[in-house]
Amino acid sequence: MRIKGRGRIGANVSVPFSFEGRRYCGRAGDTLASAMIANDLHFIGRSFKYHRPRGITALGGDEAGALVAIRRFGAFIPNQRPATQELFEGLEARAENAWPALGLDVLALNDLLSPLMGPGFYYKSFKWPRGAWERVWEPLIRRAAGLGRLPVCPDEAPYDQAFAHCDVLVIGGGPAGLMAALAAGRAGGDVILADPDRRLGGRLLFEEEEVGGRAGHEWARAIEAELREMENVRVMARTTITGAYDQGTWSAVEKVAHHLPDGDAPLECHWRIVAKRAVLATGAIERPVAFAGNDRPRIMQAGALRGYLNRYGAVAGRRVAIFANNDDAHRTARDLATAGVEVVALIDARADAAPPPEGGDFRFLAGAVVEAAHGRKGLTGLTIRTASGARERIEADCLGVSGGWNPALHLSCHLGARARWRADIAAFVPAAGAVPGLEAAGAANGSFSTAACLAEGAAAGQSAAQALGLKAELPEIPAAGDRAGGLKPLWQVSGARAKAFLDLQNDVTVSDIQQAAREGMGESEHMKRYTTFGMGPDQGKNSGVNALAVLAEATGRSIPETGTTTFRPPFDPVSIGTIGGAGRGAGFAPERHTPAHEYALSRGAVMGDAGLWKRALWFPRAGEGNWRQSCDREVAMVRGSVGVFDASPLGKFEVLGADAARFLDFLFATPMRALKVGRMRWGVMLREDGHVMDDGVVARMGRGHFLVMSTTAGAQDLWRHMQFVRQGLRPEWDVEIVDAGEQWAQIVVSGPRARDLVNSLLRRPLAPDQPAHMAWKALTIAGVAARLFRTSFTGEAGYEIAVPARYGAALFALLTERAEAMGGGAFGLEAMNVLRLEKGHLTHAELDGRVTLPDIGLSRLLARKGDFIGKAAARRPGLMGPDRAELVGLRPVGAVKQILPGAHLFRPGLLAVAENDEGHVASAAYSPMLKSVIALAFLRGGRARLGEHVRASDHLRHVETLCEVCDPVFFDPEGERLHG
Amino acid sequence: MRIRCPLCGERDSREFHVMGAAEWLARPAPDAGLEAWDAYLHLRDNPAGPTRELWFHEAGCGAWLVVARDTVSHAVFEAVPAWEAGA
Amino acid sequence: MRYSGWQILRQALGGNRGWKAQWRKPDPRPEYDVVIVGGGGHGLATAYYLAKNHGVRRIAVLEKGALGLGNLGRNTTVVRSTYMLPGNGEFYSFSLALWKDLSQELDYNVMFSPRGVISLFHSDAQRDRFARLGNAMVGRDDHAVLLGRAELRRLVPYLDYDNTRFPIYGALLQPDAGTARHDAVAWGYARAADRLGVDLIEHCEVTGFGIAGGRVRAVETTRGRINAGKVGIAVAGHSGRLAGMAGFRLPIESHVLQAFVTEGLKPVVDHVISYGMGHFYISQSDKGGLVFGGDLDGYASYAQRGNLPRVEHVMEAGMTLMPMLGRARVLRSWGGVMDMSADGSPIIDRAPVEGIFLNAGWCYGGFKAVPGSGVAFARLIATGEPLKAAAAYRLDRFRTGHLIDEEGTGALHNRH
Repeated sequence: MRIKGRGRIGANVSVPFSFEGRRYCGRAGDTLASAMIANDLHFIGRSFKYHRPRGITALGGDEAGALVAIRRFGAFIPNQRPATQELFEGLEARAENAWPALGLDVLALNDLLSPLMGPGFYYKSFKWPRGAWERVWEPLIRRAAGLGRLPVCPDEAPYDQAFAHCDVLVIGGGPAGLMAALAAGRAGGDVILADPDRRLGGRLLFEEEEVGGRAGHEWARAIEAELREMENVRVMARTTITGAYDQGTWSAVEKVAHHLPDGDAPLECHWRIVAKRAVLATGAIERPVAFAGNDRPRIMQAGALRGYLNRYGAVAGRRVAIFANNDDAHRTARDLATAGVEVVALIDARADAAPPPEGGDFRFLAGAVVEAAHGRKGLTGLTIRTASGARERIEADCLGVSGGWNPALHLSCHLGARARWRADIAAFVPAAGAVPGLEAAGAANGSFSTAACLAEGAAAGQSAAQALGLKAELPEIPAAGDRAGGLKPLWQVSGARAKAFLDLQNDVTVSDIQQAAREGMGESEHMKRYTTFGMGPDQGKNSGVNALAVLAEATGRSIPETGTTTFRPPFDPVSIGTIGGAGRGAGFAPERHTPAHEYALSRGAVMGDAGLWKRALWFPRAGEGNWRQSCDREVAMVRGSVGVFDASPLGKFEVLGADAARFLDFLFATPMRALKVGRMRWGVMLREDGHVMDDGVVARMGRGHFLVMSTTAGAQDLWRHMQFVRQGLRPEWDVEIVDAGEQWAQIVVSGPRARDLVNSLLRRPLAPDQPAHMAWKALTIAGVAARLFRTSFTGEAGYEIAVPARYGAALFALLTERAEAMGGGAFGLEAMNVLRLEKGHLTHAELDGRVTLPDIGLSRLLARKGDFIGKAAARRPGLMGPDRAELVGLRPVGAVKQILPGAHLFRPGLLAVAENDEGHVASAAYSPMLKSVIALAFLRGGRARLGEHVRASDHLRHVETLCEVCDPVFFDPEGERLHG
Repeated sequence: MRIRCPLCGERDSREFHVMGAAEWLARPAPDAGLEAWDAYLHLRDNPAGPTRELWFHEAGCGAWLVVARDTVSHAVFEAVPAWEAGA
Repeated sequence: MRYSGWQILRQALGGNRGWKAQWRKPDPRPEYDVVIVGGGGHGLATAYYLAKNHGVRRIAVLEKGALGLGNLGRNTTVVRSTYMLPGNGEFYSFSLALWKDLSQELDYNVMFSPRGVISLFHSDAQRDRFARLGNAMVGRDDHAVLLGRAELRRLVPYLDYDNTRFPIYGALLQPDAGTARHDAVAWGYARAADRLGVDLIEHCEVTGFGIAGGRVRAVETTRGRINAGKVGIAVAGHSGRLAGMAGFRLPIESHVLQAFVTEGLKPVVDHVISYGMGHFYISQSDKGGLVFGGDLDGYASYAQRGNLPRVEHVMEAGMTLMPMLGRARVLRSWGGVMDMSADGSPIIDRAPVEGIFLNAGWCYGGFKAVPGSGVAFARLIATGEPLKAAAAYRLDRFRTGHLIDEEGTGALHNRH
């Protein structure tokens, strides 16, 4: 219900929303939680295991009770906390984990079966009969488990990601954070102040108390205004710092448009904030006292009860009781009474507790405890045990509980530090130096009074600024209340039979933890895992210390001996979309396009992925029904007239300097030192571990100038490797390396009429051997300075023409169109693969990182004089033994004419099982020239087995092929066509 | 994690590629024998504490750096160019 | 006390007050025949099989913290045998077979759930590599199915087939692989080993080895010196440190691997899905949390936590593959310390010091290997002879070059 004249939100603006399909009205400034309370919506969800009714228990992210689903961008987002959702017009929410309806839920039967469903019951059962687990039990459990339902349609909500840098990050905008930001901001520091609320003030927004002689929330408003005025201070409202990372890096989530109906603005933004210093001013989280039935809707934190009243004018009941072990909760009774709400009793567990000094028109019971709460779908009454031990029933429909406050220290533990126990406040506080550059202040540091928060915050802001060399004055500390705590620890009340809950989301009770201790799960981590305590959405923020206390008592240790479980990021649940939203669709990785990409598309090219590159696979022509027809035609085109191929993605590295020749000689297993200017050489590089890393072609451009053309896939690794060798292993050599890969477009012209095609573009035509095979020359082609490399991957005579990238598209288009006039045309990667296979040229399909020089018939390189990368390790016995599989060719000789890459090789007559495995097919394709499928394979001792038969078995696709082992060069073995 | 590149200043670790222990700089002589090469290629001190590691400032200046850092606390002490560092 | 539905009913009638500790908490005795260092999955399983298969009597497992909270308790619980190379594949096949009966073997439901492991491919070249892998699996009598795009779409319709950066061509499915409950594996082996008389000694950190005459005689611990006939080291993540204490180095670097879990959700992801192009994999636990992760952070670390660049990469990969994930919230992230070996494969062998045996270098493969590794390591320690399926996991293979490099990335510890 809403209390007239109470609350600090827009009383006159009503905001319609719906829950479970029914329409309600809240007010501008409400959260969904406050609007629900004002509308007497208290039973709003069901718990995880026993499906017990759940309501709102807290004011913010520490909500341990009900979660709801909220409709955004066409689907319901599960597991939302009503208290962190600002109300907006038309908000639609619904309950979770209840079927068929919230009020009548079939699985609420679980509650009756709960004695059978104690901690770890599933470890002890469902083992028999064998196989029943996965077929019967597990599907049942999976269906029952889980809270909300994740819609399977794509998440269409907009998200954003951003970076920010600052001198001082102030985490939390309560009294401590405000003073810290003020101190650091006035000192001229570059400050970010982040707070989850839409307004700064922290607890002050929820309290009736004075700061600096005026209402605390008004004081906060004034300070917020001052901070927003400062150019060097950035106030980030609606922003939660979610994780601490190394060297002052913080992750944060800003709820940019969570409070608005769906629109264009990002729902949330993930910030990566880098800060030189930070102040932890995250406040504290109120903890419960566990007692029988303490999970009923309308039982909530005493501080939350008071906060809903003071800020929103909303109260969850008409007859309210308070149960506490500290002075702070007395304020709840006072505020309620002042507002005219009936307070039936203030039950204080401390025998020596004094009644609130302000007095108040309610019953005060010192030394009494709540033993049990009654009611099913909401609280109806309490059984209390008075100081004399007498039991008494109290009629109440709402209860505020306080077991004290825990500093919200989580971020201070994200880098692995353990929290420190302070017996005087019976709570953990951040350890000093837990996160380099971070200082805790105020309630987050265990100093709970407003006066202490203000003072500590100011000091922390000042010292952060001073640590950065700024001249910082301590701001004047406004007068404020200095009452705090007076707490006497009370973790749970035993005596009644009903379940006393510690984890309201995962349904973990006091007796569950006691049972875990009996079963030897006395370590806090074991307890957590065995009972699932603290593994729900609130991650134990609420009752973690209560659970430890229960465990400590059960195992006869102290709380600090029992220790905390580890706090890990995120502090608050973060949606995957917020961090990863930019990865949707094609956003996951950049696409690399060659200069001729658009032209290729205009010619109908079918594109495929090769690493980050998009490459033309084939260029279909009218009448071609599938890729094979296009591919066969393109192969025939290259072999018969001329083909044009875009090889621009090749790595192209210019190597310069007096020691460039020496360097390449060291880099390659193939000797490069003696390469003459104007000549080219194909070579192989090893990794230092002796396996083949990559192959490439080296052209000598001048005395101290080489060009290394590497494979596309290997280019990035090669760049790192070359730089490592240069900078790390041979820094004394005079070598520079320039990655010129994107500066040059490179077009292959290949086929018997390649020279005619190129000549058609030249003023002075090339002679047949000009340049000779594996030589290059500079020339001007169509008016553009170009490099013409005479080399061939197809086995045909031909060239690779390199022009500056900006001419690449024009050159490719020109060559393609002229080639077409000559009966040729553009060809794609599929045809190139067939052409290179016919010639036995290798790609990464063969060079898979496990291949050695002897495997591919190049053992002679190991005998080469002088040192080169990989030489020493390549001579290890395992890299050259007789058991190794060697490169061979295969062609089918039986009835089955297909060979599939990935098939394994066996001797005919032997079973196709692992023991008889002799190798595998690396690549295969249909050769239109040979009218047969051909394959490159690795076969044990293969080179000595030419002419033998082997069986290629593909179990996955059920293809068995009898093959003849042959030389890996299938076509034009003498290489006569190269000179064509 | 942030690294102070001696050439570019402090940068986020996402700009770097990590190769492994700085021992990669101590390449044995070609005839040092299998034991030495085995040690170079594979065996690592793998300390829980201060270590020296090779980082390539790939999205920055392209320098290979030897980064002195702590494998337990993730503190970063220093980064120097590989060509000045030695193994 | 045997665990059963009947027992649960009986105990429930007694208010669940009759349950006994699942294992004792003994003080260390002065001497054992075999001391296993490391109370994770491999150590506990080894102790269990030493007692059960080889009748070794006096066994202790020393754990510096509490049982099962290292990599066993922090991994994403995938159990599969999608390994290709000889010497490696047969071991994981052997281990997978043990999983199938593990709940009955241990009288503890480890919730092995063969939900199917799907490895996506995105080009013809990747399909060929998976075909080679799948054929190797079938050759070992494992199950493997190569799925085309249409078949895959029927199985997992919620992937983004149409707009994702790397279009999905198909997948390799291992239908009888899946997940298990990691803690149950620790507790199940602990309880079963304890019942066979193994002393499980928690909070007992090994600080050194007593080595005399080239042979190990004892281990020094924070709870005193313990004499040992043989010592087995199974401390993946920290193998290098233990080796250092015994005076030798290992081909291992420790690296952090991050993992993530969301809030509980109703069943939505039924399989284990692995997305190689994005270094991303995901499954859903029985409690409903989506469990997922990615690649190593890349730098050496013992910190059990990582940094944001990898976090972001993992989330982005999830979003390009399964854009529905955007609405799921991550509750928790953490890191495990991986024993990254120089070829990506493990070591089960004698150490250079006589009497010390080594079980290390599991990279990311440790969880699925637990039963197989336990059997293999126990056999090696008890008999001195390796299990045939694990005989290739020799320590000297790096020197001799008989490497088991599934990824083909070479001697870079962080690239496997």
